[in-house]
Amino acid sequence: MTALKLTNVCKSFGQVEVLKNIDLTVEESEFVVFVGPSGCGKSTLLRVIAGLEDATSGTVEIDGETVNETPPAMRGIAMVFQSYALYPHLTVKGNMALGLKQAGHPKDEIERRIAEASRMLSLEPYLERRPAELSGGQRQRVAIGRAIVRNPKLFLFDEPLSNLDAALRMNTRVEIANLHRQLSASMIYVTHDQTEAMTLADKIAVLRDGRVEQVGSPMELYNNPANRFVAEFIGSPSMNLVPAELIGRSAGEFVGIRPEYARLGEAGDLKGTVVHVEKLGGDTNVLIDIGADKPFTARAFGQYEIEPGAQIGIDYDPAKCFSFGSDGARL
Amino acid sequence: MNKARRNPFNIAAMHGALIVYTLIALFPVFVILINSFKTRKAIFREPLSLPDAESFSMIGYQTVMKQGDFFLYFQNSMIVTVASLFFILLFGAMAAFALSEYRFRGNTLMGLYLALGIMIPIRIGTVAILEMMVATGLVNTLWALILVYTAQGLPLAVFILSEFMRQVSDDLKNAGRIDGLSEYTIFFRLVLPLVRPAMATVAVFNMIPIWNDLWFPLILAPAEETKTLTLGSQVFIGQFVTDWNAVLSALSMAILPVMVLYVIFSRQLIRGITSGAVK
Repeated sequence: MTALKLTNVCKSFGQVEVLKNIDLTVEESEFVVFVGPSGCGKSTLLRVIAGLEDATSGTVEIDGETVNETPPAMRGIAMVFQSYALYPHLTVKGNMALGLKQAGHPKDEIERRIAEASRMLSLEPYLERRPAELSGGQRQRVAIGRAIVRNPKLFLFDEPLSNLDAALRMNTRVEIANLHRQLSASMIYVTHDQTEAMTLADKIAVLRDGRVEQVGSPMELYNNPANRFVAEFIGSPSMNLVPAELIGRSAGEFVGIRPEYARLGEAGDLKGTVVHVEKLGGDTNVLIDIGADKPFTARAFGQYEIEPGAQIGIDYDPAKCFSFGSDGARL
Repeated sequence: MNKARRNPFNIAAMHGALIVYTLIALFPVFVILINSFKTRKAIFREPLSLPDAESFSMIGYQTVMKQGDFFLYFQNSMIVTVASLFFILLFGAMAAFALSEYRFRGNTLMGLYLALGIMIPIRIGTVAILEMMVATGLVNTLWALILVYTAQGLPLAVFILSEFMRQVSDDLKNAGRIDGLSEYTIFFRLVLPLVRPAMATVAVFNMIPIWNDLWFPLILAPAEETKTLTLGSQVFIGQFVTDWNAVLSALSMAILPVMVLYVIFSRQLIRGITSGAVK
């Protein structure tokens, strides 16, 4: 059973085309992440799925039904917003209950669902508080709770973690992953953070300029990127693109080498000067000027004492490299 | 807190300036109040002295009470002001919401058209308005005044409120849409409470000119049963003789209700319930 099917979805605002022929399916209880740089149309796509924007052309099917003409409340979806978007005049309980009341559910069922959701999110002590009296993390949990009580066919998350600080972001990320396991609901999650995408997703859709560049599991994208854009976007630090003429191949092409697969030493095909060293404890990132536009990043595991200005060689395994043509396509 | 604000000299200077301004602003009101309790002779002999046993007199207030139906004027002014404010705020906020929330052809043009009224004084159209009121049979009714004041207040209301409505988080409105709230519920329950301070500002801006207006009551509703307070007070100002006791007493009483309304609205100006809605 497919939870969501997009066929040829286009969206334009006036003359500006924001989404171009998007085709995508989300299977039952799958966690799909839309990832891409800002302005790539990922949030717009989510809003089209939610029904907050109308698709200019193409069809949106949720749970086998075409919902192009269905208002957001009737689509069987729930959405969690980046800015939480809690109702300021209602208590936590009121915030969670509003959607259900509006849909005309009986009182005892509303109570039961709120109790269950607040237990899952440990929100029980805060049920009578207003959003103003909660911390950022608690507010985001209320927003997630408001989505859970609706018992939707499809959860939509719009960059839910980007307003939280780093430590809280990690915790909430784990919580969302747990939630997905417990509810085994279909979820779509929009983010520009590739770490969130890699850690949460069953399937990632990489978007650029309103097009889907590649869809696949996180490891598929990491191990087998379709083009230069995906290769650079997935992985942290991002993949090095070495102009091919530096290693004696035809000019205009690029060779992609992941920082974690580069070995530093005296010898190596590439030679350069260390410009900066980032010591992270567990591993060390070394930025090396090899005569290309951008410095080459090598990730060495463990702690190393390398001074900027030192001459260093880079060795790599050709089997773990990717070649890209001048147009960015994989060769 | 920065250094300048901690410096005792700066604090003294700041408070000194504010106190001087307050005194200047309150002085005319003060003079009106004290003189309304004095005899006619005392008003002219020593206009700035407080009423004492000799000069104290309620004659002004007695005249006002005897002359005409003062409470009716009062009531008329109140009805006209409150009803006009209600319509200005309701229609102004609705138009502002539509302009800021929905994308439709001619949106900007419509906004400019609605704001145009700020630049054109409504009194230029007095003759046309009077003709219209005569044609519709609204002359000498309070509705004539309410309609004119609503029209007069709307441009500024739409202009100010649409700016504020643009700042209301889109996510909040969308969350409401996903929860199945109608556009009206979103407007009344989510957006209006968040722009309450702006509504209060618009209310205060509009209230005072409406309450004090003499022009339209004189032209559109001069009948005894529709006279407003300002128009009613004019009977004491004659071409040759002016009953100052009565004029000052009437003015003193006219200040009160505006003050009450102002206090109600200014509380809204201060109260902010937006915190915690987003971020």
